[in-house]
Amino acid sequence: MTKKLKLQEAVSGSKLLLDTVQHHGVDTIFGYPGGAVLPLYDAIYSHPINHILTRHEQGALHAAEGYAKRTGKPGVVIVTSGPGATNAITGIADAMGDSVPLIVITGQVGTPGIGKDAFQEADMLGITMPITKYNYQVRDTKDLPRVINEAFHIATTGRKGPVVIDLPKDIQAAVVTEINDPFINLPSYQPHTEPNMWQMNHMFKALSTAKKPLILVGGGVNYAKTSHELIALAEKHKIPVVASLLGLGAMPLNHPLFFGFAGMHGAYAANMALVETDFLLSIGCRFDDRLATNPADFAPNAKIAHIDIDPAEIGKIIHTDYPIVADAKKALTKMLELDFTFANTDKWRAELEDYRALHPLTYNRTEQTEIKPQRVVELVGKITDGEAIIVTDVGQHQMWAAQFYPFKEERQLITSGSLGTMGFGIPAAIGAKLADPAKQVVLFVGDGGFQMTSEELAILKVYGIDIKIIIMNNMSLGMVRQWQENFYENRHSESVFVENLQPDFVMLANAYHMDAVKLDNPLTIEQDLRDFLSHDGAILADIVISPTEHVLPMIPPGNSNSEMLGVE
Amino acid sequence: MRRILTAKVLNTAGVLNRFTGMLSRRQTNIESISVGPTEVEHISRITIVIDVNTLNEVEIVVKQLNRMVDVLRVRDITDLPHLEREVVLIRIHAPAKLRSEIFTIIQPFRASVIDVAEKTITIQSTGTTQKIEALIRSVHPYGIKKLARTGVTGFTREKEGK
Ligand SMILES: Cc1ncc(C[n+]2csc(CCOP(=O)(O)OP(=O)(O)O)c2C)c(N)n1
Repeated sequence: MTKKLKLQEAVSGSKLLLDTVQHHGVDTIFGYPGGAVLPLYDAIYSHPINHILTRHEQGALHAAEGYAKRTGKPGVVIVTSGPGATNAITGIADAMGDSVPLIVITGQVGTPGIGKDAFQEADMLGITMPITKYNYQVRDTKDLPRVINEAFHIATTGRKGPVVIDLPKDIQAAVVTEINDPFINLPSYQPHTEPNMWQMNHMFKALSTAKKPLILVGGGVNYAKTSHELIALAEKHKIPVVASLLGLGAMPLNHPLFFGFAGMHGAYAANMALVETDFLLSIGCRFDDRLATNPADFAPNAKIAHIDIDPAEIGKIIHTDYPIVADAKKALTKMLELDFTFANTDKWRAELEDYRALHPLTYNRTEQTEIKPQRVVELVGKITDGEAIIVTDVGQHQMWAAQFYPFKEERQLITSGSLGTMGFGIPAAIGAKLADPAKQVVLFVGDGGFQMTSEELAILKVYGIDIKIIIMNNMSLGMVRQWQENFYENRHSESVFVENLQPDFVMLANAYHMDAVKLDNPLTIEQDLRDFLSHDGAILADIVISPTEHVLPMIPPGNSNSEMLGVE
Repeated sequence: MRRILTAKVLNTAGVLNRFTGMLSRRQTNIESISVGPTEVEHISRITIVIDVNTLNEVEIVVKQLNRMVDVLRVRDITDLPHLEREVVLIRIHAPAKLRSEIFTIIQPFRASVIDVAEKTITIQSTGTTQKIEALIRSVHPYGIKKLARTGVTGFTREKEGK
């Protein structure tokens, strides 16, 4: 028999849920009501927890992701059954791809109707099975506290991820006077976070003798908030560092040991470092194909050590010589305690410094007739002194932001890496600002992706959310256009918007009660951006950028990291 | 190559779905799967035979299954000393005049007759996949009316005491 706990007063499942969620330190829920969550919303009506009403369920999910990516705390979402729940799918998949902790509560039809094609029924357990870390359907109100406790535990430990709790309407409404044992009961879930010291020693000894050692960091380092230990280790042994997209920020861009963004649109020095290193220590990076564009020829001269919290990532893409399953912070802390004399890396670093000096990320800086998108990012970097939280959507502008913003600290870049979800930007910026109101939040978004979740502009004024939105308007689905120009003989199939028929984004923003400007003068752009960024409150800039620009360099898919287009 | 994996899982709703979902997402071909309760309440054993091209592939499959929340432990026992058995039921076309011949043929397989009808008999046998397949080949010429196999179940052998 399971242990029962008597409650002091009779409570509904809905109140039990909100109390338990609040008990986990959550102050804000993102959501959207509907028939199957009416009991839950009735409880929200008189509950102290904050609720942010987005204008689309996808918006609620990405906002929760923005919140979670900034803080590391799980984002909590409530949506109704059927269409509400299916609208949440993209965000759940996005969170799964980027290991973002989320608790997604989906309403469900009452238990008697489940499996009988009731009105607004969708099989959320079946649909979300492959895109969640775990999912539950609650069949007894008395189980709710345990299920929520377990969901928080699963979402926030080991490799983080989204957990869906499917909650039938009658379970929300039922009033109980006792609950089942609320303590987590997960005998088969024991994430491994402590590195094996024998393996660590063995690996570190090999690293210490390397002539061309290199550290590659991924999202795992940002998520573990271990930038401090990373920098200390690199400095202690003078080891160069490069980063994947989600690893950006873990090391300041201007750090002498940091050689930048690696991969398909990465810096020459970073990619050449991967080609030439003789010992690659990868931490919290899963060798996505945007980084390891040709796994068979990746880091061809190196022994490879892979530290990851998820054992299933090790050896999945790249053959690993030193596998270490551990939390990045714990592994880095241990490495700092190890005492080995390292081989001198002066020559290696000098080589990389030459690469960096010879082939920096660049663009046509003398262009006067059109606004170069890279310049916009650089100017924003200069004006904000590299201190802003940068949120992006997906496409060319995302890569320019990654290439040219001078990131200084961990968790400073909030972007959809794995799934590459257009429409992520606006709601994610909202979530990031709510999570960290003291920080300036700047969003870069394309004119395509902007139109995927622009409905969320409606809530900026409502909740007083001060974000600066920059539309990089190239009148096209730029990244698609670029691939068509490179690989499909310039056939612009459905990638260029009809001239003069784009919506007037300034008017649209005004309609949502926010300020907006159109910027199209390359000669005044710096001052225009200064005015824009110092504006009091949320504001949008529709910036007319070069409609022909490509993101360079570029490693064509399937090619090796040394085969970069656009490097003179 | 054929690999036999055993898994201990929590007997939660949907666990088999999650387990096979992981394999189908990876396009791993499942040759057989059998599930049943174990000596411990709430814990089930899954025995699964898969066909893969490389050892690296099994290794990744095992890791991906192992990290699932409901999975206690997955092992590839192919190369370990282990026991594996499956049960087969075969209904054979068997006119009276051929019956004693059929009984003689199936005897070395220690198959037993579990049902007799006017024109058919149904036999049952337990054994390794190889043995079951040999039995099926032997009775095939008489005409198989119906065939049901459970798929393999098994576990590792106890180490011999010193
Ligand atoms: C939801 C979704 N649909 C389609 C794509 C494919 N896609 C990737 S980049 C891109 C173009 C984005 O255009 P825009 O938002 O204008 O940004 P730009 O590349 O011009 O900076 C498209 C269509 C995607 N990533 N996400």
